[in-house]
Amino acid sequence: MRRSVLAGGALALAAVFLLLAPFAFRPYGIFILSMWAVMTIAAIGLNLTLGYAGQVSLAQAAFVGIGAYVTAYMTTKGWPFWMTYVIGGVACFAIGWVLGYPALRVQHHYLAFVTLAFNTLVYLVFRNEEWLTGGIYGISNVPRPSVLGWSMNSPREFYYFCLAHLALVSLAAWWLIRSPWGRAFIALRENPIRALSLGVDTRRYTLMAFALGAGLGGVSGALYAPLVQFVDPTPFALGLSLNLLLMVVVGGPGYFFGPFLGALVAVLLPEWMRFTEGYYLMGYAVLVIVLMVFCPTGLLGLVDRMFKPSRKTAAAEPPAGAVAAAAQSDGVR
Amino acid sequence: MADILQLLVAGLATGAIYALVAIGFTLLWQTSQTINFAQGEFVMLPAFFVLIGMGYFGLAFWPAVALATLVSVIVLGFLFKRLMVDPMIRHGVLPLVIATIGLAILMKEAIREFYAADAQPFPPLAAATDVTVFGAVFAVQSLVVLAISIAAVAALQLFLNGTRTGRCMQATAQNPTVARLLGIPVERMILYTFLINAALVTLASILITPIYLAKFTNGEWLGLYAFIAAIIGGFNQVRGAIVGGLLLGVIDNFAAAYISTQYRMALPLLILIVVILVRPQGLLGRIEERTV
Repeated sequence: MRRSVLAGGALALAAVFLLLAPFAFRPYGIFILSMWAVMTIAAIGLNLTLGYAGQVSLAQAAFVGIGAYVTAYMTTKGWPFWMTYVIGGVACFAIGWVLGYPALRVQHHYLAFVTLAFNTLVYLVFRNEEWLTGGIYGISNVPRPSVLGWSMNSPREFYYFCLAHLALVSLAAWWLIRSPWGRAFIALRENPIRALSLGVDTRRYTLMAFALGAGLGGVSGALYAPLVQFVDPTPFALGLSLNLLLMVVVGGPGYFFGPFLGALVAVLLPEWMRFTEGYYLMGYAVLVIVLMVFCPTGLLGLVDRMFKPSRKTAAAEPPAGAVAAAAQSDGVR
Repeated sequence: MADILQLLVAGLATGAIYALVAIGFTLLWQTSQTINFAQGEFVMLPAFFVLIGMGYFGLAFWPAVALATLVSVIVLGFLFKRLMVDPMIRHGVLPLVIATIGLAILMKEAIREFYAADAQPFPPLAAATDVTVFGAVFAVQSLVVLAISIAAVAALQLFLNGTRTGRCMQATAQNPTVARLLGIPVERMILYTFLINAALVTLASILITPIYLAKFTNGEWLGLYAFIAAIIGGFNQVRGAIVGGLLLGVIDNFAAAYISTQYRMALPLLILIVVILVRPQGLLGRIEERTV
């Protein structure tokens, strides 16, 4: 009981912070917050594929890239944003579906390598097909969309645009996880053979897990392009895929709020930790390693674990403030 | 004809280095189900140990190599196993994969921060001259690399097949439970594979760094090539890794020469995907039994 109140409070606090933040931050800070929202969307997608359905994918950056390139290419050619957005998302969904087929044949590390190879191939296409993607010079001057005649040009307006998308995606994911589909995903992760024997169409759900994750990657990319207003191949190399994977795992795979927290650690903290210079990444790497040794279920798994004994013994001490920010999870699995 | 021969030898030389890295990779997998995503960084690092030995301790090249080998075997072999793999392996494959990705970041950033962000020259093992045989021009360096790699692989095979310890290691790889029943100290055998892996990556590092210079990002593509080589050849076979590495080096070189330098990376990746889909156990691998 107290735990859910606490989690609800933390969630409300986070929401208030996100809504008011642009008034306190400089444009660069708002840009970073927008980037957090965009990356969180991609990480939510990967969390569906990896955290819930248990399918390892190292290709999420490729889908963010495809979404970003589709949007950049078409909006600079004068297409309306919403149309490119839909096309990008649907294209990623379809390609993700196709990428899911290898997952029907191989699992775990083999799947990781197939998706890794796919990511690098897509990166090569971005870099080399100059007629389409502008090669290493990329596509610049990507326009920002306007909604109902209301331009999203300023950083603050575009931030709210990203935040609204994040909210929509979160709600959709929340609904999905609670629907029979989400339960089928979890069944797939926990024991595919048992799931199959219980009548879950594992084939369809495996493909669906990939396609949905990829589609959200595409949505994230469609927001990335107008946010940065410039698209080039470098950000969509394997590094981002590994980074998104770390976000999901550090936050807590299979926890609804895992990606939010993971993206916070990977996108926002480095900016606030600028004074530590190169040491931040090293610290992050050590955090990842230590977390995997002691708590492979991620930060939210750690929070879960810290809360459980305190509930049993009804400790009088309220949990430390540092935990509160992460306590949004409420251990939703 | 001369062109093809030249490309073939150069490809075999780089391929032999990939094979060394891939062998280490498969050894770790066979004995302890460790997938080391930092394997590329493991190759990147010993070259810097050598440079540090030469630059900071004023050692000559060969003593620095000896020191680097020792440090690598301790850090990349012993400590890697004790501090990372042992406490994590009970959680399954994925946490260890993630942790080694973290380790790769840590190694890269540490080199960038504490050593240098730009490419460093590295002393070559052989003079940069060419020899002409049957009208084809070969770099002496390629031939030396090839010779050393073949010698190393031969020595390893001799060790694995010819000595008691080597046979115990093979038994451990094939079936740890039965090996333990037969009185083989399984834990120590697993440790040996980690030490051998560390020695192999050190050798690969010293062979490949003169060609591509010492840079903190080297591990990214080296690791990728090692994975591809290991999977093409067969994840659970030492000779698979050898064939995979050599094949990859040759294919890569011919693709760069005859297809497109921009897409030279694409062909190995496509082969990887095809091999995984058509023959997941690799060209020479055997099918692993699956437990439900």
